Amino acid sequence: MRDRQASQGARRAREFEAFVAGAAGRLLHAATLLTAEPPDDNPRARRLLTLALAHTYASWDRLRGEDPYDRARQQLAVRFARGAWHQHGRSRATPGNALAALTPQERLIVVLRLYEGVAEEQAAALLGLPVERVRAICARATTALLHPPRRPAPAAAEVARS
Amino acid sequence: MNLNEREAAVRRMLERTPPPVPPELYGDALRRGGRMLRRRTAARRLLWLVLLATAVAFVVWASTARPWVEPPSNTTPPLTNW
Repeated sequence: MRDRQASQGARRAREFEAFVAGAAGRLLHAATLLTAEPPDDNPRARRLLTLALAHTYASWDRLRGEDPYDRARQQLAVRFARGAWHQHGRSRATPGNALAALTPQERLIVVLRLYEGVAEEQAAALLGLPVERVRAICARATTALLHPPRRPAPAAAEVARS
Repeated sequence: MNLNEREAAVRRMLERTPPPVPPELYGDALRRGGRMLRRRTAARRLLWLVLLATAVAFVVWASTARPWVEPPSNTTPPLTNW
């Protein structure tokens, strides 16, 4: 009994390590986009991803053929949405990042839809919103990213660079 | 610029500069995940234990109190001079 548990644990750790080696880069990028932190200084994104991966590891034996990447991404999105709800309004201002100008919800939808390529219906189901609303928010955020509203000097410099 | 082109432009914007993956990420996730797993196992075990204890306590109480046996009636007056 104990032997079987130990071998199952070892197999789980091995599979999980391979999964993290393959998926961590992309997931961390997504998390960094969500938190709108600079790529080389992203403590919040790392924390978010560590928790999402830990949850994926804990439910590894109950995945039953489901894609662990999907599970981790879902965890990431849900945790981010919950966290953004709690710390409404006090985000770390990061100049030089166009995403920082969007609201957390807009960032979440843009990252899910455009960076991760999640279908509109799936994103809507994940966030508990109607599909039309997801489409509208995505369109609005896309426009805001491509044509940032005119603002004083620093914002203008940022537009010139991007 | 139509919708597809705009979405493609934003996609290109998002793909820029991927952050470096910190080496301690795997270890941290493994440690936290393992802790979550152990905690869940302990909680499940505790729940089963409580269930078992309740079942045993109920059986013991039922076998001593015998609630299904009709209690002797003491409201009927004794039948005497019939």
